[in-house]
Amino acid sequence: MSVENYGPLVKELLEKSGATVFDEVSLETRDGLKLEGVIMPRPEVGDPDVLVLKLGNGYNVGVHAGRVSSLEVVGRREPAPLVELSRPRGLEGLPKVFFIGTGGTIASRIDYKTGAVYPFFSAEEIYSMVPELEEIAYIEAETLFSIFSEDMTPAHWQRLAEEVASVYRREAPRGVVVAHGTDTMHYSAAALGFAVRRAPGPVVFVGAQRSSDRPSSDSAFNVIGATVTAIEAPFAESVIAMHGSVSDDVILVHRGVKARKMHTSRRDAFMSINSLPLAEVEVPSRRFKMVASRYRGRSDEVEVEPRFSDRVALVKYYPGMKGDVLEWLVERGYRGIVLEGTGLGHVGTHLLEAVRRAVREGVVVAMASQCIWGRVNMNVYRTGVELLRAGVLPAGDMTPETAYVKLSWVLGQTEEFEEARRLFAENLSYEYEERSEYRFYPGARWWA
Amino acid sequence: MKLDYKAIGLKCGIEIHQMLDTRAKLFCGCPTRLRRDEGDYTFLRWLRPTRSEVGEMDPAAYFEFKKGVHFLYEGYHDNTCLVEMDEEPPHDMNREALELALLFSLLVGGHPLDEIYTMRKIVIDGSNTTGFQRTALVSLGGSIDIGGKKVGIQTVCLEEDAARRVGEERAERLVRYRLDRMGIPLIEVATAPDIETPEEARAAAHRIGLLLRSLGRVKRGLGSIRQDLNVSIRGGAKIEIKGVQYLDLIPRIVELEALRQLRLLEIRDELARRGVKEEDLEFKPVDVTDVFSGTKSKIARRALARGGVALALRLHGFSGLLGREIQPGRRLGTELADRARYWAGVGGLFHSDELPKYGITEGEVEAVKERLRCGEGDAFILVFDERERALKALRAAWERAVEALKGVPEETRGANPDGTTRFLRPRPGSARMYPETDIRPIRVTGEWLEELRGKLPEKPERVWRRLVEEYGLSKELAKEVFNSPYLYLFEELVEELKVPPSLAAATLTNTLKSLSRDGVPVENLSEERIKDALRLVVRGEIAKEALPDLLAAAAREPEKPVEEIAREAGLRAMSVEELDSIIRSTIEENRKAVEERGERAFGLLMGRVMSKVRGRIDGKIVAQELRRILRETISSSSAENSS
Repeated sequence: MSVENYGPLVKELLEKSGATVFDEVSLETRDGLKLEGVIMPRPEVGDPDVLVLKLGNGYNVGVHAGRVSSLEVVGRREPAPLVELSRPRGLEGLPKVFFIGTGGTIASRIDYKTGAVYPFFSAEEIYSMVPELEEIAYIEAETLFSIFSEDMTPAHWQRLAEEVASVYRREAPRGVVVAHGTDTMHYSAAALGFAVRRAPGPVVFVGAQRSSDRPSSDSAFNVIGATVTAIEAPFAESVIAMHGSVSDDVILVHRGVKARKMHTSRRDAFMSINSLPLAEVEVPSRRFKMVASRYRGRSDEVEVEPRFSDRVALVKYYPGMKGDVLEWLVERGYRGIVLEGTGLGHVGTHLLEAVRRAVREGVVVAMASQCIWGRVNMNVYRTGVELLRAGVLPAGDMTPETAYVKLSWVLGQTEEFEEARRLFAENLSYEYEERSEYRFYPGARWWA
Repeated sequence: MKLDYKAIGLKCGIEIHQMLDTRAKLFCGCPTRLRRDEGDYTFLRWLRPTRSEVGEMDPAAYFEFKKGVHFLYEGYHDNTCLVEMDEEPPHDMNREALELALLFSLLVGGHPLDEIYTMRKIVIDGSNTTGFQRTALVSLGGSIDIGGKKVGIQTVCLEEDAARRVGEERAERLVRYRLDRMGIPLIEVATAPDIETPEEARAAAHRIGLLLRSLGRVKRGLGSIRQDLNVSIRGGAKIEIKGVQYLDLIPRIVELEALRQLRLLEIRDELARRGVKEEDLEFKPVDVTDVFSGTKSKIARRALARGGVALALRLHGFSGLLGREIQPGRRLGTELADRARYWAGVGGLFHSDELPKYGITEGEVEAVKERLRCGEGDAFILVFDERERALKALRAAWERAVEALKGVPEETRGANPDGTTRFLRPRPGSARMYPETDIRPIRVTGEWLEELRGKLPEKPERVWRRLVEEYGLSKELAKEVFNSPYLYLFEELVEELKVPPSLAAATLTNTLKSLSRDGVPVENLSEERIKDALRLVVRGEIAKEALPDLLAAAAREPEKPVEEIAREAGLRAMSVEELDSIIRSTIEENRKAVEERGERAFGLLMGRVMSKVRGRIDGKIVAQELRRILRETISSSSAENSS
């Protein structure tokens, strides 16, 4: 570990006394304070001229380099080596579940001596974090990516879809669980919803809203729920398994193409939009219960169409938006644009010309609503009618994100304009609900 | 028995937690108001310990994990938000609270750190929804002066208060907490182990309390200040005693803990003398259910009827030691029983030194001894419960017995109201902190400290001087007020409520002391309630003579408003009209004496009237009215006679 985030004052002080990060030092300040502690790596935030020490009582404290009158190395504290874990015994006969890691930390270890948090992802580590799994599943695990979920791209969806296909062919698990950061989980889950056409089991996305290094993490509950789903589900769809409330009791299983992260921080951030969840899992009893009656069932075959176009944009309309935004996309060779319009599916009439031009250029333009809840209907107002006439495809009751992912997948399947429009309008993976049930929207007086 | 504290090497340090009265909580914008009512909503959580290193779990964390409980939290729309629910990252640290901590540091000559880091201290008993308490070390060093002796201050920390436990459903292994208190800022002050006598411990706690109070924005009332004591004697162990809420109990707790450690060391030596070794203490429980098939013991019968078993364990060489008293009313056997209760939830652990008793007969005791092959110097412990729990209980008790060979086990203990202590949990390992990455470090600059120096509160000694110079208290009385926990309350009473200084001082010292001597739980009297009572006196609604009775009643019924108590107990002051009519009827009853002795009957009448109105009206008014009416009566009757 280096002294990289420290400023010149601290670096000079350390050099002078031959000290570096994780050295145990004894230090005296000009105002007569005597301290013993371990030099910690400097966090990126804060004052780089302040030396960070971990004291014997566990606290980190900062002492400005200019205040230090003497500093002496008295020992060295190496971060504890990670102990090798072994696989629990007696797992034979349990259904096999395959975990794919993409960077969401569903498990981690803390080194209290240094305060470092290590994410981990081997099967052994998952068992050690969630010992209940020893009674539920035989787990295999691999790490595919180690990236933040906001760094995911359509290329990653493609790679993930290929890996799911390969895992089902190679390992024949009962189900696949994908550990994923929550921010863009619903994009990836929707992507796999379109790419995996037939499979022997579901693809269950799981993550944590509270990091796994804290005792209150929702990770273990979500992972148990996801594992039970991977085993028990009669469906072979791409789904998200996350908390159903702020309590640790029920995990909801949302269809990837209908799910959306609706809160920045709550455990129950994920909701099914314009539909009900597919299923739920009562974690303490591990009971799996279907909510929906229509789904794509498990198949003996694996059929995956993993290609996604990266020439699709999701554009939110806002009052005052100018047509040049769309023109720029067309000029840059974008082949699909999902507009996140207002209300029933509108953009300002001054954009009509730009939209027409885009369609003329062979760009597939679709319309979803920034209302999130509800269905677009472009026959009601004149602007809608004009947009339809211009060739805009209504995205029905799909969320703008799902519409974006779908168009990316569609344009990964075909170069052909009309064929792409046809595919987009088709209900491929239950992304359209035909009926808008009353209970699909929580209502404006949800608290009453 | 008076212990020679120097000879036994008593060392004591104090940790004081003072709740702050800031506008907002430490890491969110919720108000710092405490609630008594039920929450508006609830949610359920499980906590699981993070492993510091795999295979080695923090003992305290493991303890909670083993208990396998889950937690039901009650939240309030007005007082708690997603931060307390652990549903939103903490906001920036409350600057107002940090300033108070820095001010305290400057008051004791401490050294504030240049950058302050918030840490996560793992606590998984459910008292924090996160599974950790956020705490920051603000300052190191400094000292306080107690009677010319310097006691070092080790640390001043700023931390968030925990949720309040309100109940437990044992059958469901569920603990209930309320979240109103969680997140309220606390200043934690820890002294060095410089304290060498029980009285010094009280003095140090008092002094720190006074300095904290001088900051102004601190909470008052029961539970707003909590003292933890660390007590050890030479050869003993550092024992942390939690939750001492009452200043005057501190010397007693320190004394009894020193005594406990001394007794445990004696037991250790006795065991060594008897040649008892760890390998002699095997964990081989024996099922003795059949011995009790016809027992008269209710506890045994009830447990066995429910399908339980009787399990007994021999403790080689322990005869006579389990019954040995280590604190008043507490024996080594009690310590074993404490462990059985905490680890297995088993209430009744019997030991051979206390038997036969509780309906268990001599014959049964002998039979158990025979089954266990107990020799002359051996003891046994016995549990009636379902097999698994009984086993767990015996194992926990056995572990404690093994520890007796080594002397004093390291524990966190809780204070009982009588000054004795009970086992709370094993002492936490030291390494259970890691940085709170959701909060940025805070830079404390020289300019900021300079600015704070200009805001330092008046030293408590100044207030003391005012007691004599401005309020005219005698030096002795002033000293008593100063040494009580009520110095600042005294000034408020005098300044805000216009209570006469002598009445305020006498109430806060003599009255409360004598009530305490009479067994009144005066620790239940919050400052607000004392104020309420004196307000009634100032308004003339009760006589000051009734004040002791009112305070006693208020202490016994801490939930009831003081005004209501005064009304119900008939303590409300009597009007002068009511008094006059009582005086008139008393004069009538004693007509003969008045006729014979004229105004000289005053003394007799005064006594009779006072016996009827004592406590409800000032004696001075009684004397004045009696004199007036007596004169009227005499003059009118003499006018009658002359006519």
